[in-house]
Amino acid sequence: MIGAIVIGLAAGVVAGLLGVGGGVLFVPGLVLFLGLDQHHAEATSLLAIVPVAIVGTYRHDRYGNVRRADALTLGVLSVAGAAGGVALANALSGVVLRYAFAALMMVVAAQLVHRALASSTSADLGVEDAVAEHDEVD
Amino acid sequence: MQLATEHQQHRSLKLMAIGTLAGLFSGLFGVGGGSVIVPLLVLWLGYDERSATATSLAAIVFIAGFAAAVQGLYGNVHLLDALLIGVPAVVGVLIGAWLQQRLQARSIALLFAALLVASAIELILS
Repeated sequence: MIGAIVIGLAAGVVAGLLGVGGGVLFVPGLVLFLGLDQHHAEATSLLAIVPVAIVGTYRHDRYGNVRRADALTLGVLSVAGAAGGVALANALSGVVLRYAFAALMMVVAAQLVHRALASSTSADLGVEDAVAEHDEVD
Repeated sequence: MQLATEHQQHRSLKLMAIGTLAGLFSGLFGVGGGSVIVPLLVLWLGYDERSATATSLAAIVFIAGFAAAVQGLYGNVHLLDALLIGVPAVVGVLIGAWLQQRLQARSIALLFAALLVASAIELILS
């Protein structure tokens, strides 16, 4: 139980710091530290993302950055894709899914390196900087 | 007028394509899908980075919610673990955003990229 809390807190800090999503951290945390299999880790990660996204949306919405109609359209129209993605994940074996996820992590790592090297200032790094900059104005 | 309608139809089609792709990605990998949504909103719909990120987060509430519900039907969701991770993560994100203004995020990004690669290798070997 403590383990889950520590993973959540740590993943949240890194997500806020670097602007990467929570899921790419939740899933390996659940597999490597809590011993969940790949399918259960992905499923559990999805639910854990919801409160994080709600709070993130609230923070961005205060500055008028959320285009609500588009967000709603995107969200609603994602249903078929989400159901298909989940069905596909469950059709794959745990090993294949884990390898695919490891590949995704490599891509995210490469993106981080690319962004870090491309940006001359740390301000360009995180997605959260949109909020951070506004916070300074507050 | 007809042009405007056509433009609107194109926009809706693009949003549908992005939503479907993001849903697939989210459901398959157990992530939010922001890494699909943000660049596509910028490329296809002319969003700036900031609005794209904000709008993507709002869409992810639905996308991850739907995908979690479907995973729930498969009996894969560990409800308690999800709460134990998700709620502290909210606190963590706020701390991270605060820290970002006070730390050299660039070196942290490189360190973290290394950690991701190490974890990926660990996943493959485990």
